[in-house]
Amino acid sequence: MKTDIILCGVGGQGILTIATVIGAAATAAGIQLKQAEVHGMSQRGGDVQSNLRLSTEAIWSDLIPQGGADLIISMEPMEALRYLPWLRQGGHVITASTPLVNIPDYPDHTAVRDELLALGNVELLDIESLAQQNGIPRSANIILLGAAARHLDILGADALREAIGTIFSAKGDAVVEANRKAFELGYKQPTI
Amino acid sequence: MKKLLLGDEAIALGALHAGLSGVYAYPGTPSTEITEYIQKNAPDVRSRWCTNEKTAMEAALGMSYAGKRALVCMKHVGMNVCADAFVNAAITGVNGGLVVLAADDPSMHSSQNEQDSRFYGKFALVPVLEPSDQQQAYDLAREAFDYSERLGLPVLLRVVTRLAHSRAAVETGTQNPQNAFSPSSGKGWVLLPGIARRQYAALIAKQEQIAADSGRRASVEWSGAPDALGVLACGIGYNYVKEALANSGLQANVLRINQYPLPEAAVRELAERSGALLVVEDGQPVAETDVRALLGAGYPVTGRLSGALPRTGELTPDCVAAALGAPAAKGHAPAVNLAGRPPQLCPGCGHRDVYKALNEVAAEFPGARIFGDIGCYTLGALPPFQTLSSCVDMGASITMAKGAADAGLFPAIAVIGDSTFTHSGMTGLLDAVNDHANITVIISDNLTTAMTGGQDSAGTSRFEAICLGIGVEPEHLHVVVPLPANMPEITRILREEIAYPGVSVIIPRRECMQTLKRHKK
Repeated sequence: MKTDIILCGVGGQGILTIATVIGAAATAAGIQLKQAEVHGMSQRGGDVQSNLRLSTEAIWSDLIPQGGADLIISMEPMEALRYLPWLRQGGHVITASTPLVNIPDYPDHTAVRDELLALGNVELLDIESLAQQNGIPRSANIILLGAAARHLDILGADALREAIGTIFSAKGDAVVEANRKAFELGYKQPTI
Repeated sequence: MKKLLLGDEAIALGALHAGLSGVYAYPGTPSTEITEYIQKNAPDVRSRWCTNEKTAMEAALGMSYAGKRALVCMKHVGMNVCADAFVNAAITGVNGGLVVLAADDPSMHSSQNEQDSRFYGKFALVPVLEPSDQQQAYDLAREAFDYSERLGLPVLLRVVTRLAHSRAAVETGTQNPQNAFSPSSGKGWVLLPGIARRQYAALIAKQEQIAADSGRRASVEWSGAPDALGVLACGIGYNYVKEALANSGLQANVLRINQYPLPEAAVRELAERSGALLVVEDGQPVAETDVRALLGAGYPVTGRLSGALPRTGELTPDCVAAALGAPAAKGHAPAVNLAGRPPQLCPGCGHRDVYKALNEVAAEFPGARIFGDIGCYTLGALPPFQTLSSCVDMGASITMAKGAADAGLFPAIAVIGDSTFTHSGMTGLLDAVNDHANITVIISDNLTTAMTGGQDSAGTSRFEAICLGIGVEPEHLHVVVPLPANMPEITRILREEIAYPGVSVIIPRRECMQTLKRHKK
């Protein structure tokens, strides 16, 4: 069994935190993992992605072949579109719905949304509003992870819940609780 | 025990477990995390950032002279900076184990070229080790110190971005004690011609041993099929080959390479038992060139030179699968509603105010050129600022501005960051002062090495003293605070100093937004 994930967004949105939680859950569960990250110049407001591969068998390449990803998890809708050539037929896209516009030629917002919805197997979530409304403004990324958890059978939701406790424990109980709440919000959230 | 580690972290831990006494490095993507890991996890190991790669290499050689194990880390272009020390360290040889880590950046994710550090190993006649995965990154970093001491030579350890910045579980071993303090009393360290000739002959004499060691480190997997394709799978290339073979069901004879020079007997045997050879290597066609020379023009060899693999850019599972003849997977078509999202200077960054002021003043001089340098502020070449006319190598802003001014260009302005200035800008400033060159130098000081994540900058709090010591006249040295409110003052000083026919230095100083955020937490 394997699950190949493209995690993506804009530098500074917290995709590496999502990757860290999944990594901790995989390690605890004895699942093989390879995770290629982007460090350096792109982290300054540019597009960033992480190739995250989970498997019960040996994993060779650090990068996912085109047409091989089971899941795209994106903190930004246009960034989800960037990695379509890597998404396998029948793969799922879980993405934040709010555009982050820091470039002059950002495409029409409705067109981006329509192109995503036309794919099928797409879940758009307004994670920023959910985070604000629920008093956890810094945990939007973990809401997204909660929504993605429905597609992470290889780990299971409980393994991710435990990993959230492990990863955030150094930052105190309040941060752990905020992220637990965020995860459950995403996990139970109806989507469009 | 298994630990989830970046390739860089695996190298750091392997070196620590080998009994490392000191790491010497200048930050550079994708090598930075090695030194950071040691700084965080090994307080008893010397690890402060160095001024540049040359000072790092020489200090490491000194530690080796004293009998201890030392590691030098840098990105690939850092090898150019320390090349003098590196090449001559092969002539002196080492006492304590000396490992030089070069992190290459094929595809230029964060670099200005994709030079291949394996050429430096060949040039200096030292062995090059190249891991295929994170486990080997740990194992080879650890073994490299023993190997260096056994050979009496520095060992070059080469990785690429994709391994440096990818995480996997690594089985780690136990901690070795550090070497005892035992300075060398050998005469081979004095490279006067008479001694250097003897040392060089000794280095040549070790080549046979190194070649035999390459053979022992290579491993081969035979497909069993007659006349199957032979694949020379170098470093991380091995993973893409295995991925493609597993996904496609194709068969090939695979020779895995983790040490250079290439094991000639193993390559010949692979060629004899295969119908043709494909060389899969990340970076430049170093191994492919050697294989062609070894097998001669009659034997079919493909790779980056033949066009079977792209001549530029990093390897991907897709291009390697195609070169092996595997059918392409059916993914989705590229999206239509998509725009590029290049990196940009952070909101509130002081470099933004510097470029705003420079653009305003430069617009008054049709002949003005602003020479840039290496760092976050290189982004000033892109929209919205488009201020910079050049970015070549560490320190080149000042010296290129000087050369252009020598040729008659006016006004010639240089923009350099604080850390880049101490890395390689100071010597150029001395040339400019001695020549009384008509240039205006902006040292944009954000109190850190920002591009690589906020490491300490070697000259912090001493830039005025350094410039005055070099001979910049006090009345032409200014410090300003780059904020929108100070724009009239900054542009006035710029105009005055452009008008002054000599060397002026302006230091806009305000803390990096990223480190400021961290300090406030």
